[in-house]
Amino acid sequence: MPKLTIDGIAVDVAPNTTILQAAESVGVEIPRFCYHDRLSIAGNCRMCLVDVEKSPKPVASCAMPVGEGMVVHTKSPRADKARAGVMEFLLINHPLDCPICDQGGECDLQDQAMAYGFDRGRFQENKRAVRDKEMGPLVATSMNRCIHCTRCVRFATEVAGVPELGATGRGEDMEITTYLEKALSSELSGNVVDLCPVGALTSKPYAFTTRPWELRKTESIDVMDAVGTNIRVDARGREVMRILPRINEDVNEEWLADKSRHACDGLRYQRLDKPYVRVMGKLQTATWQEAFDAIAGRLLGTPGNKVAALAGDLTDVESMFALKELLVTLGSHNLDCRQDGAAIDPTVRASYLFNSTIAGIEHADALLIIGANPRKEAPILNARIRKRFLRGGFKVGVIGEVGDLTYKYESLGGTAEVLSAIADGRHPFADVLKAAKAPMLILGMAALTRAESAAILGAARRVADTCGLVKDGWNGFNVLHTAAARVGGLDVGFVPGPGGKDTRGILDGAAGGEIDVVFLLGADEIDTARLGKAFVVYQGHHGDRGAHRADVILPGAAYTEKDGTYVNTEGRVQRANRAVFPPGEAREDWTIIRALSEVLGKTLPFDNLAQLRKRLAAANPVFATTDAITPAAWGAFGGNGAIATTGFDYPVVNYYMTDAISRASRTMAQCSESFASGAASRKTGTHG
Amino acid sequence: MSRRELAADQPANFAFNADYLARANRIIAKYPTGRQASAVIPLLDLAQRQEGWVSRPAIDVIAGMLDMASIRVLEVATFYTMFNLAPVGKNHIQVCTSLSCWLRGSDDIVRACKERLGIGFGSTTPDGMFSLAEAECAGACVNAPVVAIGDDYYEDVDGAGMWRILDAFKRGEKPAHGSVTRRDGSAPAGPPTSLTDDPTKPVPKQDLAAAKAAYEQAKAEAAAKAAQPKT
Repeated sequence: MPKLTIDGIAVDVAPNTTILQAAESVGVEIPRFCYHDRLSIAGNCRMCLVDVEKSPKPVASCAMPVGEGMVVHTKSPRADKARAGVMEFLLINHPLDCPICDQGGECDLQDQAMAYGFDRGRFQENKRAVRDKEMGPLVATSMNRCIHCTRCVRFATEVAGVPELGATGRGEDMEITTYLEKALSSELSGNVVDLCPVGALTSKPYAFTTRPWELRKTESIDVMDAVGTNIRVDARGREVMRILPRINEDVNEEWLADKSRHACDGLRYQRLDKPYVRVMGKLQTATWQEAFDAIAGRLLGTPGNKVAALAGDLTDVESMFALKELLVTLGSHNLDCRQDGAAIDPTVRASYLFNSTIAGIEHADALLIIGANPRKEAPILNARIRKRFLRGGFKVGVIGEVGDLTYKYESLGGTAEVLSAIADGRHPFADVLKAAKAPMLILGMAALTRAESAAILGAARRVADTCGLVKDGWNGFNVLHTAAARVGGLDVGFVPGPGGKDTRGILDGAAGGEIDVVFLLGADEIDTARLGKAFVVYQGHHGDRGAHRADVILPGAAYTEKDGTYVNTEGRVQRANRAVFPPGEAREDWTIIRALSEVLGKTLPFDNLAQLRKRLAAANPVFATTDAITPAAWGAFGGNGAIATTGFDYPVVNYYMTDAISRASRTMAQCSESFASGAASRKTGTHG
Repeated sequence: MSRRELAADQPANFAFNADYLARANRIIAKYPTGRQASAVIPLLDLAQRQEGWVSRPAIDVIAGMLDMASIRVLEVATFYTMFNLAPVGKNHIQVCTSLSCWLRGSDDIVRACKERLGIGFGSTTPDGMFSLAEAECAGACVNAPVVAIGDDYYEDVDGAGMWRILDAFKRGEKPAHGSVTRRDGSAPAGPPTSLTDDPTKPVPKQDLAAAKAAYEQAKAEAAAKAAQPKT
């Protein structure tokens, strides 16, 4: 344990710590551009120079390991002079375009130039000019501003696992570029914008819209996938301008997937901002009272078993809970939150959670993926698997066709029945799992939405039991959900009650006339043609598939517009906060259900969110604690039977369009176009 | 030096011929498993020797052989100015114009090349025989000025000498490389100025005892002189 002194403070740190990390541990801040905690050390910006006694020259603290008895001065005149020199060189070629630069106000170079910059330039020659690079629909480039910290190159190579960015040329002619100027083919590409310490890489959809000091910042939770990424919603007035990641070491570290970051423009388009009622086959705007009366007129007199409800993938726990309470008081047990009909057993919590936890992936040493494509279904989680993979000693086997996952894996075959071979120990990968200290498996939605999914779930459970996936302090059985609302829905019991119908039953019933009223709570991923002649109430925020079929539309709030609870695939209960108000007459979803219950004469027993949450916690103690994992007890679940030898149909084919918000987003449409076609086309003025 | 990027016109594909492929595999085998990327510079050199320049398909092929990303190979190819990223003439002339060569008259060489070939830096003669490039220090300053033609250095060149060398190449000859003035390596142009003794003769044996006595005596005399009071 080397002991050293930094600015007169004695520090005792682990060997191989760098001076910069040691300084940070005692709260001494050292300026830097290229150094980033989550990337490899480059040591090329030289901004972190410090003065070390007995060293002939200032030392780059980010790359210098601590030594016994070192005496470091971070604020000595020599260190300051060295940094001022570095800053002057950086500013030689950096344009003075801060007034038109999107990074202005949150720029590391701008901030540090205030501390170390000279008030005028001594450089009389021309600044260098660099051609801007085409990097796809998400990342705008202004390469004159680049200071060659190579953070983006290291991020693409190390974290995203797409080694497509690089620095060509050398010296003054060094340029950051993608190979052949193609867009970065990563679902995490937006993070290079956050990493860029200057305005060389900025967000293209957000370009020239707001300044950081105009934005109202709200900490919230993302719902574009089931990871529950911690986000910060930046809004101006009533509009969400951008979404940035928040640091949560257990979930997303500090990364954010592209859909979660850039689908926010979808919150402006296709919005339901007034109640609608279908009159003579046409949807007409109505008042809330008229809409409620239309529903009440149809519901009262309909027996409870002819009423059904389906919850969508973006729904918060509170509104599902409220709707469930309402349906139970109406005497209906026909409710389901599994729009895709996934064969999940809601009675055993461990059977539908990502039990290892996302951070736990880093402790695993063998992984079996069945019918999941984590790169498309949960890019942040995939980055965690890659992080574990890069450390070595990590075997990955995949059942199914998934393409490039950004790490090497052994393909165990494209069909599901390999799983039963592993469960019976007939497959060599069973030995890999048995030999591992902390083996894990990830069961995806593609495996759970088949006809014989109960058998697959049972086989996966047998693998977990026979290969030692579940032991003291470790549960390697994981289900990777694709819907943010799924685990929350299962936890509140938004599943068929005694004798109730599930999604397939509800749709069959509606088509066959056994179900008369269907309540869609943001449910868009169903075959609406099968709703038959049923009276459909759609409550949601986007005019998507469900709203097109609806007889009454109740405008709800999107995830940025309400205080809601979401449970991620690990079972982590997280609270999202309202960043802006819902548009027009739209309201927060649980209040709509509460108001409807009053019209129906079945008033729900809560008048505010606190009361609702109290009842929620009473119904399921999981909801009493937020931001924490409640370990789920292992139990018996899954069925037996033959597993078909067919391949998987993956739920996420086009990563950029999976739900009502991303389908309404223009940015996501551009992404679909440029990445689905595989061509990075620079459009000309006559295009289209 | 200027910005280096891939040429606009690229061939459709690239493949090492059998001989070069065998050489490439021998080079790759020198490095331990997992470290094949170390062979990237020699392989780029091989590709350049085969084609005369490094094309994008060649970069992709080498990246595939070494299990690297293409961008990593491109980074190396653009870093080193010795890799030609566009086709060059049969005789690629690189004139060093850095300080030592410039002081010793590289301007004359440049003028001779431009006048004799009718092309400027960065271009190729229409017959594809010559291309001209300005090079940073060739690392042979003792024999400045220096011109590299292909793999060979022509040293101690002057304007007229350059003209003669180019004439010889035009006739299809290949003049002897090295010092044009036939200097022996980097030895002085004139007669030796040091180590002039005949190295074949034995060195006369020194009487060390006598030398030591003489030294001691001189030291004693100097001490005595210093001890004398100043008058």
